[in-house]
Amino acid sequence: MNDMTLLERDVDTKNIKIAANNVQVYYGDTHAIKDVNVQIEDKTVTAFIGPSGCGKSTFLRCLNRMNDTIDICRVEGDILLDGEDIYDPKVDPVQLRAKVGMVFQKPNPFPKSIYDNIAYGPRIHGLARNKAELDDIVEKSLRRGAIWDEVKDRLDAPGTGLSGGQQQRLCIARAVATEPEVLLMDEPCSALDPIATAQVEELIDELRQNYSVVIVTHSMQQAARVSQKTAFFHLGNLVEFGETGHIFTNPEDPRTESYITGRIG
Amino acid sequence: MPTLWLVVLLFALAAVGFVLGRSRALATAGGDARALHSLPTYYGLNVALSALVPALGVLAIWVLAQPILIETRVSGMIPDELIPEGTTRGLVMSDVRRVADGLDEAVRQGSLTKSEADNLRSDATDVRARLGEVGVALGSDVRPEVLTAAQQFRRMTTTGNIAMIVVIGMLAAGGLAFAYTRTNKDFRARNVVEQGVLALLILAASLAILTTVGIVLSMLFETLNFFKLHPWTDFFFGSTWAPNFRGDSELSILPLLWGTLYISFLALLVAVPIGLFAAIYLSEYANRHTRAFAKPLLEILAGIPTIVYGLFALLTVGPALVKVFGRGEDGLLGVDWMTGATSVLTAGVVMGIMLIPFVSSLSDDIINAVPQAMRDGSLGLGATKSETVRQVVLPAALPGIVGAVLLAASRAIGETMIVVMGAGAIAKFSLNPLESMTTITTRIVSQLTGDTDFASPETLVAFALGLTLFVLTLGLNVLALYIVRTYREQYE
Ligand SMILES: Nc1ncnc2c1ncn2[C@@H]1O[C@H](COP(=O)(O)OP(=O)(O)OP(=O)(O)O)[C@@H](O)[C@H]1O
Ligand SMILES: [Mg+2]
Repeated sequence: MNDMTLLERDVDTKNIKIAANNVQVYYGDTHAIKDVNVQIEDKTVTAFIGPSGCGKSTFLRCLNRMNDTIDICRVEGDILLDGEDIYDPKVDPVQLRAKVGMVFQKPNPFPKSIYDNIAYGPRIHGLARNKAELDDIVEKSLRRGAIWDEVKDRLDAPGTGLSGGQQQRLCIARAVATEPEVLLMDEPCSALDPIATAQVEELIDELRQNYSVVIVTHSMQQAARVSQKTAFFHLGNLVEFGETGHIFTNPEDPRTESYITGRIG
Repeated sequence: MPTLWLVVLLFALAAVGFVLGRSRALATAGGDARALHSLPTYYGLNVALSALVPALGVLAIWVLAQPILIETRVSGMIPDELIPEGTTRGLVMSDVRRVADGLDEAVRQGSLTKSEADNLRSDATDVRARLGEVGVALGSDVRPEVLTAAQQFRRMTTTGNIAMIVVIGMLAAGGLAFAYTRTNKDFRARNVVEQGVLALLILAASLAILTTVGIVLSMLFETLNFFKLHPWTDFFFGSTWAPNFRGDSELSILPLLWGTLYISFLALLVAVPIGLFAAIYLSEYANRHTRAFAKPLLEILAGIPTIVYGLFALLTVGPALVKVFGRGEDGLLGVDWMTGATSVLTAGVVMGIMLIPFVSSLSDDIINAVPQAMRDGSLGLGATKSETVRQVVLPAALPGIVGAVLLAASRAIGETMIVVMGAGAIAKFSLNPLESMTTITTRIVSQLTGDTDFASPETLVAFALGLTLFVLTLGLNVLALYIVRTYREQYE
């Protein structure tokens, strides 16, 4: 952990939203995340990069306890959200997930209409007082998901009938609609064309004004463009974590350097 | 039993063919199995199957066709005027068959020689007494034309059997020889065997389908017979079920259908909520250990024979219901609404219990087919488990669950034992679930048990009832399968 000093310097200056200390994740006997320490700052975009299967999604899912739904998954260590341990028995994972929203790696629209897909979260949490307000939330969210123009005439059509890229943006809009404090995005642009990608990146930038965003991406350019902090995972280890500019121009670990320059992964 | 020996012989021949084919293939390749087109076993199998399959096929047809042919020939030999008043040609033929069997038996036991049996004359010998000695009892004295016909019957059967052995033997030998000569190292035995396997599978599938068709056809013929004797308007649109054997029965299906549907409805009312909730608990909430232990337990419930459920209805549920709703002052409610243990409610509740595992295991499969990603999406938005189940999982699984309920309904409609024992025997239209009522299946059972002759409408009505039931459940099943299938396509 030779970058510990660098991290500690940041703690003083920035507001820590999520702090993960010595996190271990096991799938049965497989040790998928090994002793990871990360601090995710408020009003910041943090990028997770690393080769396929290195545990990015797994770690991301720990941050809103989505791993609870996997029987064989075991999480150790502590993860603090605003200084509170989210794995504390007192914490209600349902409340937690309302605060820490998530866009999944594979788009998973509900077999409901586009409108109902977006209105799902607001309805559950009672965010709208009447139909007009709900309509408003739906439109705003779809606009932020950069998909409003494509679906505004068919809000009653099933969300599952959209194309893969449209579904991905629908899921982004759906996550944004509940106004989470932290948004976890697992490869949100993997199926998007450059224009839609640019729009989603714009959204991420906009979200950063108020929230903290964690994004998993396989695109170095995207990580460099949207994030202020970057974490590089390799085989379940957090190899390097720091300022994005620093990681991309002057990586300290040879593994980071070879991954960024395209020699491993 | 010449057929059995013939089959054994055929298999022996096939085994020989296998060895021959295999070694010939190897010989043509100079002993090097790699030079062969197919593995050596395939050549052996090819020869064995060529010997076996055509012979067995013809044998099967022969065994089925020979008796029918002989029967028509022999029955054609009996002139119309020799058929006594009051009987039919069919009855005479059954006499002929009995006498022929009796002669066979006598020859087998050695009380008659072969030629004696062939030359027996009814005016010279008391055939009835002679056959009685060997344990074949005949209802009346054997008339001369019956005896001649029986002897003819035996002669034709013997000739037929010899011809069968010769033809089948030649066919098997021919098949073996043909395949054997074709065997050489370039012959594509593997592909031929593949075709053989395909043919076998198609045969099995078509046999299953043909049986269904056969069942339906036999029901259909009897039903047509019924409608020749009884007006179809009364059957479908009458209002009373009152069979009697004086010939003025009223046989309407409607009161029975009412009872059937009413009991099935009550059964579903019990089975669907409980089964569905059990399925939801098992698939969404229970951990692996609970599941591993509770699921098989539920499935054991599905394995209990329905007669046991019938006993349960008769001995436990019925009396318990009477205790609650009957017995006046002594009852739990102090009312006297229910007199006997058999009632719509008794049968409905017990049938519902029987259907619980059926509904739950089908729904469990369907709920499990909803992708986990869907649940993750909902949970990730901060929904609770029950909100997820209610708003995402169940709507996604709904068509499948409807299908499961329809399948359960068709089981309920066709269920017999529980209603025979628990529902009662009175056919009527009534809304009171505490009265006993009867169903289509119960009436089929009661019309066909005991002494029956298959010529009166009171008996034949059972087939019309059965066919209606069949059409009803078939319709429900098709609808259910259609719904389930459209639903399956939703997630690739
Ligand atoms: N549900 C699971 N059960 C068992 N093992 C799992 C499960 N999910 C992930 N793993 C294992 O954990 C490791 C990390 O997986 P993870 O999905 O976090 O990788 P990733 O970094 O997101 O990869 P990608 O970039 O391909 O999405 C892998 O070795 C994977 O096999
Ligand atoms: Mg991933």
